[in-house]
Amino acid sequence: MTSTSTRHPSAQRRGRASRVASILVVVLILALLLIFFVLPIVWLLLAPTKTAGELLDLSPLSFGALSNVGAAWSHLVSFENGILFVWLKNSAIYSGGSLILTLATSIPAGYALALTRFRGRKVLLTITLLVMIMPSASLVLPLFLELNLFGLIGTVWSIILPFSFFPFGVYLVYIYFATSLPSEMLEAARIDGASEWQLFTRIALPLAKPVIALVAFFSFVGNWNNFFLPYLVLPSSDQFPIQVGLNQLLSSTPSFNPLAGKGLNIQSPELALSIIIAILPVLVVFLFSQRALVSGMLAGSTKG
Amino acid sequence: MTALNTGGRLTAPATPKLARRRAPRRRAGLAGYAFVAGYVILLLAFGVFPTLYAVYLAVTNDRGQFTGLGQFIKVIQDYRFGPAFSDILIYLVLWLVILVVLTVVVAVILRSRMRPGLSSVFRFLFYIPGALAGVASVLVWMFMLDPGVSPVSGLLNALGLSTFSEVIAPQSLPVIFVLIAFWTGAGGWIVVMYGALNNIPDEIIEAARMDGAGPWKSAWFIQIPMISKWIAYMTILAFAAGTQLFIEPQLLQSASLGRLNPTWSPNQLAYVLAFQFGDFNGAAAVSIFLLAIGLVGAGILVTRSGLFKADNE
Repeated sequence: MTSTSTRHPSAQRRGRASRVASILVVVLILALLLIFFVLPIVWLLLAPTKTAGELLDLSPLSFGALSNVGAAWSHLVSFENGILFVWLKNSAIYSGGSLILTLATSIPAGYALALTRFRGRKVLLTITLLVMIMPSASLVLPLFLELNLFGLIGTVWSIILPFSFFPFGVYLVYIYFATSLPSEMLEAARIDGASEWQLFTRIALPLAKPVIALVAFFSFVGNWNNFFLPYLVLPSSDQFPIQVGLNQLLSSTPSFNPLAGKGLNIQSPELALSIIIAILPVLVVFLFSQRALVSGMLAGSTKG
Repeated sequence: MTALNTGGRLTAPATPKLARRRAPRRRAGLAGYAFVAGYVILLLAFGVFPTLYAVYLAVTNDRGQFTGLGQFIKVIQDYRFGPAFSDILIYLVLWLVILVVLTVVVAVILRSRMRPGLSSVFRFLFYIPGALAGVASVLVWMFMLDPGVSPVSGLLNALGLSTFSEVIAPQSLPVIFVLIAFWTGAGGWIVVMYGALNNIPDEIIEAARMDGAGPWKSAWFIQIPMISKWIAYMTILAFAAGTQLFIEPQLLQSASLGRLNPTWSPNQLAYVLAFQFGDFNGAAAVSIFLLAIGLVGAGILVTRSGLFKADNE
């Protein structure tokens, strides 16, 4: 690098100019995206510190007062005798239960699709891809009728079981193992007499941590935020997950629904606070799985 | 889990030395079934069965009599059908172009133009809105698009928009939905793309640099081709997710106090048919159209992108 640049000073100058330009482009792109992604979050975090009137009058990014957060909180908690906590508990049960089932089924399935050969493998792979890309909302109505047929409407299972079916996860695991785990490695262990179960638990699983984290958080985030299915399948408010609960809060907010909600004390600051509460668990999950994500696929095994 | 356990034990016999060379294939085959069993049950119950049920509903009427293509013809002739599909098409084109270009560019920048610590901060900040996907993101963007409370009300005013109802004019809807979808979805995809880029051995990038390739050149000729599988994968999923747009137009419609079209997207049309008119068969027919579009798009990408390359080895 240095030897060539001393030989061609003009090329060096041109190189430096284009390097400056490309750094400017990079900085510009990142700065604009940063504002785009972060500004609404900042606004959201500040909103509960203001009263509904202050939201309109004060500068959008100003801080109101902590006492307003307390007031919004007590309005939220008193809404239908603390049903907010019931919604959060329901969300935890639905997304936690289906997360366990999703991992237990999709990790071994993706591994088997990538690294074992069995009859019907290609068919299964193709069906997985097809069902995965199929608009899942188009299945909600038939799912509703199916659950109705089997008498599962209004039960915990009517949410957990459909949520556990996660072909996206299977395909992520498949693609991960197919591109990152050489089958020669398994073949060698097989020759050494390892059982298939040992191959999976001793070789594949330790390497799979990044993709397990990836599947887990896509599954958890997707299920925690799912709205359509619970909205149709769960008849009563005390079974709602938080997302459907947010919808109920929205329709109780006078600023969005002038016809309803008078005297319920649910206004824009309360709504903003409930959004923050609703997304907190997902943020926590992301914080915990970030290290696994950042360590990046197979980096640990090839370099460590 | 227990099924897998027994599968492992069943297929771990004390193989005599001579048989060992041939045994693994068959053994792996049996183990393969055990490994996929749990997933296959879920697939049949909540993927295959409901799909067949949708097809069944779409070719019958409400008394279960076979009607052939009658339901499809009925919904195509519905005056709301054409507009709903052209709305979603405009949205999809805009959405996919912006998503693919920006996520790939950003992932490349985060992977090769800065220190890993800083890049993880960026990935975290870009991802955060993903936590609000669904109802929460629509609510936040209702605030963002309301010039009364929005932090970018100056920008909205500069565009000649001074009230919420002016902002959510019908011709602006595709742009608004792209904003919401990008805000909640792009960060997650940037994480995935970054992970894929991370999987490329440093030696390859290093070799390219030795050969005189700058960061943009090595991105275009090495990094992006090497993650093309993941790009195709993202495109397929974003396409499928895009066709099923529902919560966004639905909530905006109700916030517009009925001035927006309640059947803006095909899924809204299916919803209105099913839950306002009780026409489950017509709704299923609309769903089948969406499904067919998704399948055709996926088919093109699968055959063109080499997504199944691992399969042919």
